[in-house]
Amino acid sequence: MDFNYLTTIIFLPALGALLIAFLPRLSPRGVRWLAAIFTFVPLVLSIYLFTIFDRSAEMAGVMQFEESLSWIPAINANYHLGVDGLSLPLVILMAFLGFLVVLISWKIDLRPREYFAWLLLLETSILGVFCSLDLLLFFLFWEIEVIPMYFLISIWGTGRKEYSAIKYVIYTLFGSAVMLAGILSLYFATGSLNMVEIAQGGLGMIQSAMPAAAIFFLLLAGFAVKLPVFPLHSWLPDAHTDAPTAVSVVLAGALLKMGGYGMIRICVSIFPGVAQDYALPLIILAVISVLYGAAVTLRQTDLKRLIAYSSISHMGYVLLGVFALGQVSMTGAALQMFSHGVITGLLFAMAGLVMHNTGERDLRKLGGLARQMPIIVVVFSIAGVASLGLPTTSGFIAEFLVFVGSFSSGAPGIQVATILGVLGIVITAGYILWMLQKVFYGPPLEKFNKVKDASILDRVYMFAFVAVIMGVGIYPAILTDIIKMGVAPVMGLLGG
Amino acid sequence: MLNFELLIPELILAGTAIVVILLDLVIKSKWWLAAVSIAGIVVSAGFAIAMWGGSSQAIFNNMLAVDNFAIFFKLLFLVIAALVILASTDYVSKLARFQGEYYALVLISALGMMLMAATTELISIYIALELTSISLYILVGFLKDPKSTEAALKYLLLGAVASAVLLFGMALIFGFTGQTQLGDIAAAIQSMSLSGVLANPGLIAGIVLIIAGFGFKIAAVPFHMWVPDVYEGAPTPITAYLSVASKAAGFAILLRVFFSAFGLPSWLSLDWGMVFAIMAAVGMTVGNIIALSQTNIKRMLGYSSIAQAGYLMVGLATVGFVSPVLSDSSAFAGQSGLLFFLASYALTNLGAFIAIIAISNKLDSDLIADYTGMGKRAPLLALALTLCLISLIGMPPAAGFMAKFYIFSGAVQQGLLWLVIIAVINSVISAYYYLRVVKVMWLGKPASATRVPSSIALRVALALSCLGVLIMGIIPGFVMKLAEMAAKMFVS
Repeated sequence: MDFNYLTTIIFLPALGALLIAFLPRLSPRGVRWLAAIFTFVPLVLSIYLFTIFDRSAEMAGVMQFEESLSWIPAINANYHLGVDGLSLPLVILMAFLGFLVVLISWKIDLRPREYFAWLLLLETSILGVFCSLDLLLFFLFWEIEVIPMYFLISIWGTGRKEYSAIKYVIYTLFGSAVMLAGILSLYFATGSLNMVEIAQGGLGMIQSAMPAAAIFFLLLAGFAVKLPVFPLHSWLPDAHTDAPTAVSVVLAGALLKMGGYGMIRICVSIFPGVAQDYALPLIILAVISVLYGAAVTLRQTDLKRLIAYSSISHMGYVLLGVFALGQVSMTGAALQMFSHGVITGLLFAMAGLVMHNTGERDLRKLGGLARQMPIIVVVFSIAGVASLGLPTTSGFIAEFLVFVGSFSSGAPGIQVATILGVLGIVITAGYILWMLQKVFYGPPLEKFNKVKDASILDRVYMFAFVAVIMGVGIYPAILTDIIKMGVAPVMGLLGG
Repeated sequence: MLNFELLIPELILAGTAIVVILLDLVIKSKWWLAAVSIAGIVVSAGFAIAMWGGSSQAIFNNMLAVDNFAIFFKLLFLVIAALVILASTDYVSKLARFQGEYYALVLISALGMMLMAATTELISIYIALELTSISLYILVGFLKDPKSTEAALKYLLLGAVASAVLLFGMALIFGFTGQTQLGDIAAAIQSMSLSGVLANPGLIAGIVLIIAGFGFKIAAVPFHMWVPDVYEGAPTPITAYLSVASKAAGFAILLRVFFSAFGLPSWLSLDWGMVFAIMAAVGMTVGNIIALSQTNIKRMLGYSSIAQAGYLMVGLATVGFVSPVLSDSSAFAGQSGLLFFLASYALTNLGAFIAIIAISNKLDSDLIADYTGMGKRAPLLALALTLCLISLIGMPPAAGFMAKFYIFSGAVQQGLLWLVIIAVINSVISAYYYLRVVKVMWLGKPASATRVPSSIALRVALALSCLGVLIMGIIPGFVMKLAEMAAKMFVS
């Protein structure tokens, strides 16, 4: 395979960003079209990769579409890319969201050049995280993501945007600073920066006196901030709430998944033994995240903040599924990452649309919009019920797999934890239905008489979101087949 | 043997300085002075490059070494001097008199630093150091306004005290070993027994005094008090020069002295390694925390340079902690990390200062608050300054990230994980004040709509340093290779 698919997918948006930033005499319209083209091509390419991905059994756990170039010989770092069943769905997810957020941002008219340039750069960095197989490259993409986020939130956000932006940056940098210490220790202990090689070599490669558990937790801290895990979550509601709609979509849809992905790819794969030893406290944290996140969500009166808090609870399921350390539970966790990305992406997009069209985001002041917004109400409701895990939506199958897998995984105390986790679903149903009722039902309000429904462009991306949610919900094997291939080698390392 | 051909780069530089002074007397268009200086630097750098990779040689009775280590630093100082001269042209053209002297002094101090990187003997170390320092004292006071004069006086007085302390330390070392040559000092110390050294605390006192003397040069806490005032008062190009070249020279000489003379026995190197580790931890924390509350960007960068000296000292500590049983490749991790960091820091800080020079030419102010809306008024300048600040934080895709990764990975190898954790947390603290400047530039509404123009020379200098920052951040392999080669080539 000569064509470098992954490099092309990763760097096309960056190329687009450069063109947008530096091409002279570009109209705002030209900027939008450029952004759309440079995100649409990666989407098409990533779907093409999905179709030609080798699904045969002997390819389980083998990286495909690999590219490797010597990058910095002095520290044995390589430009090493590749995807397996674990990362490919996330690459598709990011490419999918990357294109749709350009459509969602179509109406942005404040400094559009800078806006789309940063947005595209953000896409490149997240795609890079999911494709990197070299720890240094991984960390490089991981860090680059902070800069576009800072600008996107602080310039185009709302409310206390500058506070939220710097809070996001400081939290993320703290996480990644600790993670850097972990990567350096790992590099020193094994002499390699190649994730696959270290995972296959197992703990046998660790020659130092440094306890593996210490490295594990240094790395985990970085991912836990990103996921986020209680008690490291407090950046999330602020950042989500104050970010512009499109950025909330990327943030909730793809950025949080970097945390879950890192946990599986690096923490569990490289330190299976440590993961087993410390599974119980992490499972407890997962349950706290689920229940605490859901409980706090119940109290929210701001539309965006409510959805933001619900992410904490839903990411708790990912943590639960990962550290239950069972094949089914981990498959469920990986699927939950994809599914939550699409569902919450749609929720944020719909919330943004409601806010844009009504100029209001306080749930106490909204109401009776079902009449003016017949299309939005249907799509918003689909996203809502998907979020609470109704069958035929991707949310159901993902959470179902997490619960079934966790319950039967045999980890200590897991059954109690799972039962507590399931309670989260009930609370989710509560706040989702309450939110829908507050926004759309009740007596029609006079001030909203002239409010418009979704435009044609809005309907395009709404349809795309709904199609994916329902598609995966009805035929989940389309994704679980390849996720299983990614999870299988991790299970092999765990000795299960 | 007097191998003058090995001194060609230095001789050319000295010649250029004299030519510039003489030229100043006869020509009207002062623009030529900068051009001649740059030309001299380029020729000198050409000869230095030609010597790269050759076998290490000692000249002048083992007083000077011509090895890759020295050549690496010579090239670094030449690049810095060239960029500083490019950045100075606007500034200098406003001066009524002494334009030739300005360039000549920059060249002479660069000459002093080049000699500092090459010296292997205590007395010539001192001479090279004074050659550098005296030129810099004059340059700091060049504006002759109250602030500049105060800065120069402060720098002179504290610098003189530091030199005295250093000299006293050298005298003690000489007294206890009977040698001034670094290699002979090492041999004398290794022949002493542990109890012999402990019975004569003067040797240890000498080492401590040497650390203090050089600590002043590199702006290490607690010898950093001069930094903010001098940085604020000096002409901005000279501030840039001080913050990178003088610091790099200090580290060059520290590395050479401590590795060559005090590298063995290992209990001794562990001791000074620990001293540097503690100074590093304290330095970066103090620098970063005080920088948080600065409102003047030159003062802020002053404190930031104190913090950066802390990160650099992580490399020195690594050299001290290196265990003698290690394989060749990791034994020099501390040195090569330090060299790479210095190169990256030099380009980054110069870039930041050049952008500041361009902006303050128009604004006549160094207050961060006056940078409001600079993203609108001068997008490219603001972009360049943003890149340099990101590099100072140590974030990709800029050189600062690779530099930190490289220097910290060496430290982790020697078991200094605690120091690395302090350092990375410090990077996060620093992000707050660097990003504050970024925020002001891009988020604020401009106070006036006028564009901020900049001269060609400034733009060239800025473009070169930003290009360097990006290259070292994305494909650092080449410079890392050079640093590695330089680190292994010591004449002791």
